[in-house]
Amino acid sequence: MDPVLLARFQFAMTVGFHFIFPPLTIGIAWMLVIFEGIGWKKNNAVYTEIGKFFGKILGLIFAVGVATGIVMEFQFGTNWAEYSKFVGDIFGAPLAAEGLFAFFLESTFLGLYIFGRDKVSKGVHWFSIFMVAVGSTISAFWILVANSWQQTPAGFILRNGRAELTDFWTAVFNPSTLPRFFHTLDAALIAGAFFVAGVSAYLILKNKGVQVAKTALRVAVVFGLIVSLLEVFPFGHEHAKQVAETQPEKFAATQGLYTTQEGAPAAIFAFPTNHPPKLLFPIEIPGVLSWLAFGDSKAVIKGINAFPPDEVPPLFLTFVSYHNMVILGMYFIFIMAVAAFFLYKKTLFDKKLLLRIFVWSIPLPVIATQLGWIAAEVGRQPWIVYGLLKTKDAVSFTVGTGELIFSIILFGLIYLLLGSVFLVLLIKKIKTGPDTIVKEA
Amino acid sequence: MDLNIIWFLLVGVLVIGYAILDGFDLGVGVIQLFTKNENERRVNINSIGPVWDGNEVWLLTGGGALFAAFPIVYATVFSGFYLAFMLLLTFLIFRAVSFEFRKYSETAKAKQIWDYSFAIGSLGPALLYGVAIGNIMRGVPIQIIEGKIVNEISFLGLLNPYALLIGILSLVMFTMHGAIYLTMKTEDKQRHKLIKWANSLWIALVVLYFVSTVATMFAAPFLFVGILKNPIFWVLFILLLASFIYVPVALKSGKFGHAFIASSTLISMMIGLFALSLFPRLVPSSVDLNLHSLTIYNASSSQTTLETMLIIALIGVPLVLIYTIFVYRVFRGPVKITKESY
Ligand code: HDD
Ligand code: HEM
Ligand code: HEM
Repeated sequence: MDPVLLARFQFAMTVGFHFIFPPLTIGIAWMLVIFEGIGWKKNNAVYTEIGKFFGKILGLIFAVGVATGIVMEFQFGTNWAEYSKFVGDIFGAPLAAEGLFAFFLESTFLGLYIFGRDKVSKGVHWFSIFMVAVGSTISAFWILVANSWQQTPAGFILRNGRAELTDFWTAVFNPSTLPRFFHTLDAALIAGAFFVAGVSAYLILKNKGVQVAKTALRVAVVFGLIVSLLEVFPFGHEHAKQVAETQPEKFAATQGLYTTQEGAPAAIFAFPTNHPPKLLFPIEIPGVLSWLAFGDSKAVIKGINAFPPDEVPPLFLTFVSYHNMVILGMYFIFIMAVAAFFLYKKTLFDKKLLLRIFVWSIPLPVIATQLGWIAAEVGRQPWIVYGLLKTKDAVSFTVGTGELIFSIILFGLIYLLLGSVFLVLLIKKIKTGPDTIVKEA
Repeated sequence: MDLNIIWFLLVGVLVIGYAILDGFDLGVGVIQLFTKNENERRVNINSIGPVWDGNEVWLLTGGGALFAAFPIVYATVFSGFYLAFMLLLTFLIFRAVSFEFRKYSETAKAKQIWDYSFAIGSLGPALLYGVAIGNIMRGVPIQIIEGKIVNEISFLGLLNPYALLIGILSLVMFTMHGAIYLTMKTEDKQRHKLIKWANSLWIALVVLYFVSTVATMFAAPFLFVGILKNPIFWVLFILLLASFIYVPVALKSGKFGHAFIASSTLISMMIGLFALSLFPRLVPSSVDLNLHSLTIYNASSSQTTLETMLIIALIGVPLVLIYTIFVYRVFRGPVKITKESY
């Protein structure tokens, strides 16, 4: 078997599993900042109880996030040694900065938050969850800097057979860093909002800790509507514009644009085929893509046919994952808007069907983030560092096929085990409901 | 002093920080394996519960710093020691989830499984770190051929008797360190038991240290070349001896904090001596020490990166120290088990 393919599979598997947890951690942490903040400032027992309940769940999610993150930190060296040598001069710095500025912050203060509820003042306790949220956000920033540099390299020169740093801030704020950071951070907030909303909806349906759950659901719906709207506009839109400018072949692939066109249409739905490159059953709106990308419905957009065939990403996966992400984005806005409407009418808690939909929607934002990453990373192929280094030249050539297969099976089994235990314990914790139910007012 | 040397020292500081802090977590984990009483097990877990993750970040940051400052070493060592590394990661994964999984498991049986996961997940790394250091001290079969680094490292080759000896040394060292940490965190009967363990482990460590030093003279004679004339060697060595002697004295007089500082110093000095004997190499080649070793010069990043990273470190490290100390102060003193405990 092809070692490059195996190494890619392993990376996709481990990072994909890891990235189930960070969005939930970041999103729930920020929601806890709100809950614990109100509980502390207003001395409100209901909010404090919400904090306790979701705080414990955060501990569980965080632990699996850490366990799977450790693997990532070293994987560039184990599986992508040639890559590490090529980019080490630039790529290592954000990774180290992430450790120093983010991981220390989040894990130290999470310890204080979880074990220190009765040991420190309420203010300090709130500060500790605030630092967890800040830390996890900084962590997202630095790792996305590393990833963005690999998508749109800047601030370097090629020397001694590697990319050497010339300007730190140009490398950090390369063209895709900020669009990617805001888009991914907001995706995490959506994941947090849907998690809190879904769990609260469940508790309301099962009539457990209802007062706590109702309050949490209210906050989650308002918060969720805002962040879902922001995700599409401006963050999704800005990100797409940036890709159109900096990685035109990826943009063409995500949009299913196979021939260069003036006034390109936006494909809302289609079934793409790789051979021949074609969209089956397309539903398209004329001129919209050109307008979205360049603010001019007549603008020319390069299609797949404008690029050398060996520098074009896999079309099917890129198109499908991108489009499903967008569809989910629309769905999030829709559901949150409906809920907000009923919240305003004061009938939300009687809408059993909607509550049930919320419960089943818990995993959807996580799925949307996975799809987003697949679009971004598969769309970058065949490059590992866009325009500079191909993926096939980046693996550890000293690591054999056998070793790769062994570690894929090993991590596959471990993750299967961790994932199952995690789910069982999480569901059990949710079913128990908040610890002490505050008396109904 | 040039930037490469500064980064050699800084990576050393991160390694020492990791060994002192996560070292006692690993030790507590090993002790968990021999703790039968459920209440004592809970005390063990809660003694490190709030801090262990922050401690492990020293390792992650060390990994990041190694990547940033000496990318060639990061790439060569991690891909070269591939299977050993996967094994290490497996241990670390199970250790990382065991507290939360234990807390939310209901049956005594399930709790016990996660106790074992925590214990084995700690014992493995405590042993493997020593094995890794042992192999690096002997020299690794790498060659630099036309700018490319080629290696003939085999997994079984890593398990040679010398490296295993150093592995046992580090296992005993971390376990002793963990036992001493626990003497600060426990009371009465449990504390008495731990003092006894710490003392026995100390004796074992003295013997092992002596045996390993002799073994090193045979396995890696180059490490000793010229070292006796180096004043830094004598400073480190005398501090090592002093802290060795002070550990049982402090334990005896009930100054557990002092004993902990002594065992931390002991660990730092051991690593310091190891680093000193390597310098300026990072990975000595067993093929040809002078031609094929990775050094702080041929394996480093560019000067621009080293400079940038130095600024990052100067801003970041003091911040980390401030809030880490703050959190340790909040949780100082013996563990009290409450409803919220793990
Ligand atoms: C957008 C955010 C994001 C992304 C893209 C990644 N991570 Fe992550 N990671 C986090 C956001 C995060 C976090 C929020 O900081 C975590 C997640 C869950 C958690 O508990 O902390 C975390 C944990 C975490 C840890 C454990 C930290 C600790 O002990 O506290 C490590 C070592 C990594 N990650 C490393 C990586 C690497 C090398 C990645 C690149 C492939 C990566 N993560 C992708
Ligand atoms: C956490 C969210 C992420 C997800 C879900 C994700 C997903 C993926 C997927 C699916 C692939 C395989 C693409 C293919 O081979 O066709 C991949 C490859 C890769 N990604 Fe990511 N990625 C994430 C974040 C990152 C980050 C933050 C970095 C760097 C800092 C990164 C660096 C890489 C590298 C080095 C590869 C391997 C080479 C390659 O196949 O391109 N990824 N990722
Ligand atoms: C209409 C809505 C959306 C638009 C226009 C949009 C746009 C984009 C684009 C263009 C990319 C690819 C960036 C690249 O290749 O470099 C992307 C990636 C991504 N998307 Fe979306 N997106 C939308 C909705 C969502 C939603 C709802 C989520 C999750 C809740 C999400 C999560 C992600 C993630 C995690 C990535 C990968 C990281 C990145 O490159 O930013 N997106 N999105």
